[in-house]
Amino acid sequence: MTGLLDISDVEVEYRSRGRGRVLAVAGVSLDVAAGQIVGLVGESGCGKSSLARVAVGLTPPSAGAVRFAGQPVTPLGWRRRPDTEIGLQMVFQNPYASLNPRRTIGAQLLDGVPATVTGATARRNRVRELLDRVGMPSTAAERYPHQFSGGQRQRLAIARALAPQPRMIIADEPVTALDASSQAQVVNLLVGLVRDLDMGMLFISHDLALVHEIADVTAVMYLGRIVESAPTRELWRSPRHPYTRGLIDAVPRIGPTPRLPATLAGEVPDPANAPTGCRFRPRCPHAFAPCGDQPPTLDLGGRSAACWLNDPTMAPATVPAN
Amino acid sequence: MAPLLDVDSLAVTLPGPRGPLPILHDVSLSVDEGELVGIAGESGCGKSLTAQTLLGLLPAGATVTGTARFAGTDLLGLDNRGWQRIRGAGIAMVFQDPSAALHPMLTVGRQLTEHMRVHLRMDRRSATRRAVELLDQVRIPDPERALRAYPHQFSGGMRQRAAIAIALAARPRLLIADEPTTALDVTVQAGILALLDRLRAETGLAVAFITHDLGVLSALTTRGYVFYAGRVVETGPTGALLTAPTHPYTAALLGARPHGTQAVGTLRPIPGAPPAPGEAPPGCPFQPRCRHAEPTCGTAPPPLAPVAADRSVACVVRPHLEVTVR
Repeated sequence: MTGLLDISDVEVEYRSRGRGRVLAVAGVSLDVAAGQIVGLVGESGCGKSSLARVAVGLTPPSAGAVRFAGQPVTPLGWRRRPDTEIGLQMVFQNPYASLNPRRTIGAQLLDGVPATVTGATARRNRVRELLDRVGMPSTAAERYPHQFSGGQRQRLAIARALAPQPRMIIADEPVTALDASSQAQVVNLLVGLVRDLDMGMLFISHDLALVHEIADVTAVMYLGRIVESAPTRELWRSPRHPYTRGLIDAVPRIGPTPRLPATLAGEVPDPANAPTGCRFRPRCPHAFAPCGDQPPTLDLGGRSAACWLNDPTMAPATVPAN
Repeated sequence: MAPLLDVDSLAVTLPGPRGPLPILHDVSLSVDEGELVGIAGESGCGKSLTAQTLLGLLPAGATVTGTARFAGTDLLGLDNRGWQRIRGAGIAMVFQDPSAALHPMLTVGRQLTEHMRVHLRMDRRSATRRAVELLDQVRIPDPERALRAYPHQFSGGMRQRAAIAIALAARPRLLIADEPTTALDVTVQAGILALLDRLRAETGLAVAFITHDLGVLSALTTRGYVFYAGRVVETGPTGALLTAPTHPYTAALLGARPHGTQAVGTLRPIPGAPPAPGEAPPGCPFQPRCRHAEPTCGTAPPPLAPVAADRSVACVVRPHLEVTVR
């Protein structure tokens, strides 16, 4: 099945003096269908934001392709984007940086309202509808970004992303900068919008528990590669990659007595000096001989994992219990 | 035995553009030797200002009432010289952002040994020896080499571990950790939590851990305080506090967390926002956002009253609260 957003074999390479070639995204394929929420989780430096920027067409990939509604996504240039690509919108982490501090909210929302909506009254009504959609009063249109709190600003940034009536939203850590209670408000808003408007959403976050709560499918990224992808419940219940297991076990839980979360050995390596073979091998508690070769992404029936433990011809007789 | 840190009826007022702003009201808390105590609440609730008060770092013009005793010393009566003896050697602090806490142009070794040479009057050689031990204790690989490194050469998790090593350099008895893992990934956070717990077990260090993450509070601490609008609204053993809260705010914070139930709208946001300093309503500060509020809540802020052994709550309604925790 090809989704509405189709990312295939994307690589992102950065070159820098001193460090040489850094492959931040090392061949990633991912689909997002209409009405579906795909969560992308991983630690800082794993390449998830680089992937988001390519997916929305902010930067070109060094290899591979991104297609949106069947058309290739062209990197953003000076020219106006084709109408189809306007259906792909992004919500950024920092609502303080994504709104223009010197223009009113109303003016910024009007920028995004399609030209097909004509007449000053109709366009103003559209702005009011957008504000209502994100739970803000229509008087917000006359005000400036600094007059709102962080959570309100993020809701206004979402209204701006909704203005051109997108079919797909890419949200890169949209609630990381917010307090617990505004986090819940913004997440509920995004999920509600996807369900009501039948949009697709790629929700990028380092917060596993949050992604577990909202995503239909979760993809786990480590050092530029997707190591596991599965329907969220299955992924959480029976992870098939040791890194996924490590991430889930590191989430602190509430319980009657203190229980420290499990720790994972070592540090995330520098992507400029990524280990050969399986990139997780040096930290993996189950590493064995075949791990010297890069494991392929194995299809496990409705889910996939890039780990030799899932290959019966390779794995030792006793596969470690999850 | 008297607790290591004993704060009683602490109130702090800061100067504001339109007159004095009360920030902390009637805060009482204690930390025992070798105890892990958690302080939870949203941003602006006064958790960090409490820490600043205990280190004598309040801005000029602040007025403080109440008492704060640390190992028998009255903290609020200290002069500059007195504070210098407490900071680092008595109470040390670790901040949220290790990049801002470390000096970018001094080596990690220099920042580690400075404390020891000043507070413990150690010579260069023994200070260096102890610096290597400390880096080893916080699990920084190759400590001799790390001493000569600059902070930018470390990853975020290593920087925070180096900041903890520096805080421990002068052998403090109490470590105040203000959101030390908020900027870190979960796997790195797990390492820092394990480190603090090990230091407590091995050296008898007491830790006051400030966080907005109730999962972290539960995983690490044995006793906790929940702050709201500059007040302690509930306190007790962390396990009981978070599995059977008695204050509607504690329950609301738990409801706003992910539950893993996977249905739209399962995150239950707390309506509204906390009051700004000086704009708190006359009665219970949480009353405008509370689902269980009654007319009596609007008259006066409820005092923190005991409800069970080691548990107190500042709520007059005491509704039955349903919580799902994970």
